Amino acid sequence: MLHTVLDTPPVGETKAARDQTLAAYRLMLTARLLDDKYAALYRGGKIHGGVFLGRGQEALSVAIGISLKKTDIFAPLIRDAAGRLAFGETVVDAIRTYLGSALGPMRGRDGNVHRGRPLEGYLPMVSHLGAMISVVNGTLFARRLKGVSGTVGATCLGDGATSTGAFHEALNQAAVEKLPLVLVVADNQYAYSTPTSRQFVCEDLADKASGYGVAAHSVDGTDLVACLKTAGEAVARARSGGGPQLIVARLLRLCGHGEHDDSHYIDPKLKTSPLGRDCLKVAEEFLLRQQWADSATLEGWRTEVVREIEDAVAQVRREPAPDPYDEKWQAISSRHLIELHDEDSGS
Amino acid sequence: MSITYLEAVREAQAHALRDDPRVFIYGQDVGAFGGAFKATKNLAREFPGRVLDAPISEDAMVGMAVGAAIEGLRPIVEMQFADFSVVGFNQIVNQAATLFWRTNVPCPITIRLPFGGTEGGGPFHSQSIEAIYAHYPGLIVLTPATVEDAYSMLLEAVAIDDPVIFCEHKFLYYHLKAEALPSEALPIGKARIAREGRDLTVVAYSAMVHEALAAAAELSAEGWEIEVVDLRSVKPLDTDTIMASVARTGRLLCVGESWPWGGVTAEIIARVASEGFGLLDVPPQRLNARDTPVPYHPNLWMAHRPTARAIAASARKTLRR
Repeated sequence: MLHTVLDTPPVGETKAARDQTLAAYRLMLTARLLDDKYAALYRGGKIHGGVFLGRGQEALSVAIGISLKKTDIFAPLIRDAAGRLAFGETVVDAIRTYLGSALGPMRGRDGNVHRGRPLEGYLPMVSHLGAMISVVNGTLFARRLKGVSGTVGATCLGDGATSTGAFHEALNQAAVEKLPLVLVVADNQYAYSTPTSRQFVCEDLADKASGYGVAAHSVDGTDLVACLKTAGEAVARARSGGGPQLIVARLLRLCGHGEHDDSHYIDPKLKTSPLGRDCLKVAEEFLLRQQWADSATLEGWRTEVVREIEDAVAQVRREPAPDPYDEKWQAISSRHLIELHDEDSGS
Repeated sequence: MSITYLEAVREAQAHALRDDPRVFIYGQDVGAFGGAFKATKNLAREFPGRVLDAPISEDAMVGMAVGAAIEGLRPIVEMQFADFSVVGFNQIVNQAATLFWRTNVPCPITIRLPFGGTEGGGPFHSQSIEAIYAHYPGLIVLTPATVEDAYSMLLEAVAIDDPVIFCEHKFLYYHLKAEALPSEALPIGKARIAREGRDLTVVAYSAMVHEALAAAAELSAEGWEIEVVDLRSVKPLDTDTIMASVARTGRLLCVGESWPWGGVTAEIIARVASEGFGLLDVPPQRLNARDTPVPYHPNLWMAHRPTARAIAASARKTLRR
């Protein structure tokens, strides 16, 4: 059913759908080109620590990000450059965190994909998989207690994270509290190097939803139109009181776990299977076939986005790095309860 | 009228719920049932929708509290026993404890840990694990030893903008009584001289304060005047009060109910040795539980943890050097 949308789009498609798809494509393109830039900076030794890309996952990621309102909650994971941009992150903020700018939201205290602005509903991930789900639950619970209605909270995971206890505890918790949670699982075939055969044995991860008593949605993660439809429906259902929604998208990670990883272990047969399609190309072909955009327009977008990214990198590289002498080495906010140690007096 | 340590914990929570609409309580069996120890007795009825039973999911309980704190609420999480808090350890030390430092957004959550040994508690309902939390930056760790402190420190814990590990001693729940709730209190971060003396400083916290006071009474009959310092707060640690006491007595014995490897007593000895070595007349000593899990049978349990008799014996050795 979802493939037919792609192959023979229904006549009378609304302008809104066209505009959303075009906007989503441009965000996907920005995420892809941003990822390409991170990879180049990494190879050039300009980035401290790891680089984690979302190649192949942009359609799913942008679909959830673009389906949320700015007043919603979003806790993305490592392959969500597209969803982050769609939720409102600026290219400059993303680059600041990768380059460790003191002006970025994490101020050099954390880097790369560990970034967010909690007071804007954009939660910064910790590395422990599944751990953000219950935090999103808490924000949704708090909104309810405060009498704020209509909020949806979304968070993203990979197939590997579904094996954690945190996933189980938090999805069950969301179900018990009937929270408007949208849990997006990118079943991208590998958790680092571990294939899904060593991760779970159920037919489809979406089958897990019934065990928790939550709604399930399966989608082809290489298909932007299908992802937009599914994410839009799941968010709408959560918003209208339908309780937690589990989205499982099947796709293939088109890169290593991080840029340090050559991903030699990925089964070549998967790469040539439908799962191995590049969602960006699939989306581009769709837009051209629909005549929603011509190739000159898309090429123009690419040029504009490359310039935006290059300008942002140039700006961030001129920004100050964090200074250990100006740094407040304080992990708590209650100043009167801070213990001073020898290290703090510089002796 | 008298009030127990446990009732003080309940009253503090009732007070917090009454005074601050941002406060709510989340934990296993805390709702209509009133908690495994009845520390939330009747609170669900008095404050509908704000005292909630949680599934048996310590990780998700703490994660939810962090999310609610980001949204400006002040959750109190009850762990049924401190021993089970390690199931939520990841959320406590990696999520709650790092949030402010990473994002500049405070994380005002209070996690109550009914802790410490009681007769028949056994290995998984008796643990004292304050030190593992104190080890992580970003957490406040409190260990009230009195009814008054259980009340005032819990109120202050809820008001603090940082995550607080609030260690309530289960042995003190019923054994300790006060005439009334306090109207004023020492602030968190200040230790208390529980008994003045000139010959030896015994630093203790939580239930061990009472064992140390009993030991001091015993030694008093032998002519020794023991000063007992009640830490109240394990983190931050009031090094100044400890150092001032050691300056008066020249002798130091640190007592903890937790295990001997590392921990609060080791931290105090390290600080006094490095910053106040010249104040010491004899080598500083420490007394902890034995390096095994906490045993079930009272005969074994009494021999596992420091008692007044064991503290007095250690003190005599230090005094006679």
